[in-house]
Amino acid sequence: MRWFWIDRFTEFVRGKRAVALKALTLSEEQFDSYTPGFPVMSSSLMIEGMAQTAGLLVGEIEGFAQRVVLAKIGKALFHRPAMPGETLRYEATIADVKGDGALASVNAFIGEELVAEVDLMFAFLDERFPSGPLFEPVDFAAMLRSFHMYDVGVTADGQPLELPAFYADAEQAARAGYEAVGTPVRVG
Amino acid sequence: MPVTKDEVYKKVQTALVDALGVDDEEVTPQATMVGDLGAESIDFLDIVFKLEKAFGIEIPRKELSPEDILTNASYVQDGKVTAAGIAELKKRMPFVDFTKFEANPQVREFSNLLTVGDLCRYVEGKIGAA
Repeated sequence: MRWFWIDRFTEFVRGKRAVALKALTLSEEQFDSYTPGFPVMSSSLMIEGMAQTAGLLVGEIEGFAQRVVLAKIGKALFHRPAMPGETLRYEATIADVKGDGALASVNAFIGEELVAEVDLMFAFLDERFPSGPLFEPVDFAAMLRSFHMYDVGVTADGQPLELPAFYADAEQAARAGYEAVGTPVRVG
Repeated sequence: MPVTKDEVYKKVQTALVDALGVDDEEVTPQATMVGDLGAESIDFLDIVFKLEKAFGIEIPRKELSPEDILTNASYVQDGKVTAAGIAELKKRMPFVDFTKFEANPQVREFSNLLTVGDLCRYVEGKIGAA
């Protein structure tokens, strides 16, 4: 199972707000063992999806140069279960950003119904932790593109977001490698 | 009108109750952040966010976490903070009572030094509380 708990972004404004969708289907593994016979989305996996929405919003501010990790959940309210066949919409807003971390609030909706609210605190890993990116750059770039971040994302003044050079270079290098063995790959 | 010390205390208490999930009565001026209230390193970031918002101040990391002093070889010998190191700490953190720490200045003891009262004095100094 891939650890993607959102399907795509529908809005993304640098440093301010992001909206992501997560469609729930009964074919997903988590429904097999979480409350068997009564398939509902686990609240912890909803938090993961909300953290992915807000965490990418926080990380994008500095071109994913910071290593952003979910550090604390300040509030988590769940108003009703989310079921297979429904689509969750996570609306994340950044409340504060410092050199050490960031605060964000995320509301989850199904249609217009508010189903969950969380306040999340993210920390930026510093030199006390082993250096290097948390993800393989080429995999991370592929994930961001899969989430349509660069199809919908804009800067605060409305300009399209661009994949940071570090990740674009990794993507380019991977593409060159694939092309060398004659397998065209669409990456952009 | 300047904020009173009592108002500072109330807001600090609210921030700590929210950040640490402790009860109001556990937050006393003498309570240590780590030993008594169970604060972990990540909680301090949360507390800083909350205090900055509550008081409209900016809290640079070094002012509450003097890691640069505690990891500096010129200020630490055999796991103990030297007299010069303690002097630096006092300069950086004048709101902290170092009496107990000076008796046993082990670096590992430092994390359990900060009290709720220290935090209040720090904020009072920042905002010029009456």
